[in-house]
Amino acid sequence: MEPQGHDKDPVVSKLREWDAQAVAEVIEFRGETTVVVPREHFRRAAEYLRSEPSLAFTFLSDITVVDRFPLEPRFEVNYELLSLDLGKRLRVKVRVPGNDAVMPSIVAVWPTANWHERESFDLMGIRFEGHPDLSRILMPDEWEGHPLRKDYPVEGYR
Amino acid sequence: MTTTIETPAGPAQPMVLNMGPQHPSTHGVLRVILELDGEIVLSAKPVIGYLHTGIEKSCESKTYSQCITLTDRIDYLAPLSNNLGFCLAAEKLLGLEVPKRAQYIRVLLTELTRITSHLVWLGTHAIDLGAMSVFLYTFREREEIMKIYEYVSGQRMMTSYFRIGGLALEPPPDWLDRVRRVVESLPGHVDEYEDLLTQNRIWLARTKGVGILSAADAIAMGVSGPLLRASGVAYDIRKSFPYSSYDEFDFNVQTQTAGDCYARYQVRVAEIRESLKIIRQAMDKIPSEGPFRAEAPGIIPPSREEMKTSIEGLIYHFKIFTEGFAPPPGEVYQAIESPRGELGIFMMSDGSAKPYRVKFRAPSFVNLQSLPMLCTGRLIADVVTCIGTTDIVLGEVDR
Repeated sequence: MEPQGHDKDPVVSKLREWDAQAVAEVIEFRGETTVVVPREHFRRAAEYLRSEPSLAFTFLSDITVVDRFPLEPRFEVNYELLSLDLGKRLRVKVRVPGNDAVMPSIVAVWPTANWHERESFDLMGIRFEGHPDLSRILMPDEWEGHPLRKDYPVEGYR
Repeated sequence: MTTTIETPAGPAQPMVLNMGPQHPSTHGVLRVILELDGEIVLSAKPVIGYLHTGIEKSCESKTYSQCITLTDRIDYLAPLSNNLGFCLAAEKLLGLEVPKRAQYIRVLLTELTRITSHLVWLGTHAIDLGAMSVFLYTFREREEIMKIYEYVSGQRMMTSYFRIGGLALEPPPDWLDRVRRVVESLPGHVDEYEDLLTQNRIWLARTKGVGILSAADAIAMGVSGPLLRASGVAYDIRKSFPYSSYDEFDFNVQTQTAGDCYARYQVRVAEIRESLKIIRQAMDKIPSEGPFRAEAPGIIPPSREEMKTSIEGLIYHFKIFTEGFAPPPGEVYQAIESPRGELGIFMMSDGSAKPYRVKFRAPSFVNLQSLPMLCTGRLIADVVTCIGTTDIVLGEVDR
């Protein structure tokens, strides 16, 4: 664990101050900050980032899942957060193992996550626990498999 | 054999009505399941995916440059905005600086795209509400701008004109004269549309107070673009996170506070005028000569001349078009203000010549999610207004 006060981004120091365990790793690349949060702390961290008045990450832009097959932990779930007050972006990354592709749903924190989570479930097969209606959104309901996974052929199964 | 229709006895049941997928006012293939009590909408549930073509998956098996042609097809009313978003993301990944001249030309063309997109929106939205003539006017002006795209890039719609590091071609020498002609005539035409609509009593009755979205709801639903600004939130990525030298341009973020369909109409019309302001500044800024793409051997193809006269040029040309180029491993998120809102591109490189993952954060996809909020408790006719006012492009919703 890095010592406190060495973070380039004040948002990260703030998060570390709140709960040091919530920050597993910080990645700086091309001027963007990514905070890796362990899955068990993610739901709490999401609520903190949204409701803490000095941060106010009220706008969830996007959820992107990356499949790193055959590496483990297989999935990376990226949350693109935006604070309109601070004029800042932050990416929160959660690593999810392939044999237990489950995430806590954050629809209650950011209602916009509803369709993003459905899309991630549909195309990547991540199950979001606590989602009000976790069904396919882009593929037909009876579709088998999750097309954006790396072990799914580009031209589909024939 | 009886021909009478039996109605079930008992308390009145809500009726379920399928609007779409084939319905002229849904602007593509959108299906909305409406639960109705008479003509009042009790609940609305959008069903999407009819146009899903797996563009994100296709990108993973193409080189970075090849993906650009796919981006045109996501939001087919604003192809240049998509080109720009994708190129900026790739340039961020590469750490590539684009020459100022190319940046200004990009700004000018994407602002023209915003105008054409808003013109299509205005025309089709007016048709939805019964005002046929506006459509004929807006498409007349749109066609003039399409001719500029064709003159500059060779294509009216699927332009693929922005390339990683700059532009595909040197624009023709007198192209700015054509832009000037359009820019000079357009303000008068926008006045004409406003004459037809702004004080029109039917237009007011159909749009004022319809589909209200509060600022807090809009932020919670991740709504962006003119929808968000019509609810009073001055969030415009061109101002908040400037890209492609937007910080050097003088323009105002257009907002309204009512958050209804009429406010969105006002914001979009005002944005057409603001875009014209940016275009005029860009015309003055664009130097007549200078490089139109970055100098980066191995990433940017050499000029035709160089390719034919030097051996290094020939090798680079061959390598770029057969293998592509490999950005360093890493991931970026690049957002731009497309005509519909925040178009975000998440791009991840694993150090190979093909993107490991590309995700398009389509503004239409997110904005459409707020549709049930807009039309619950209102009449069926208002559903048409609300769908029109969210300005969705189904190609972008489904990708």
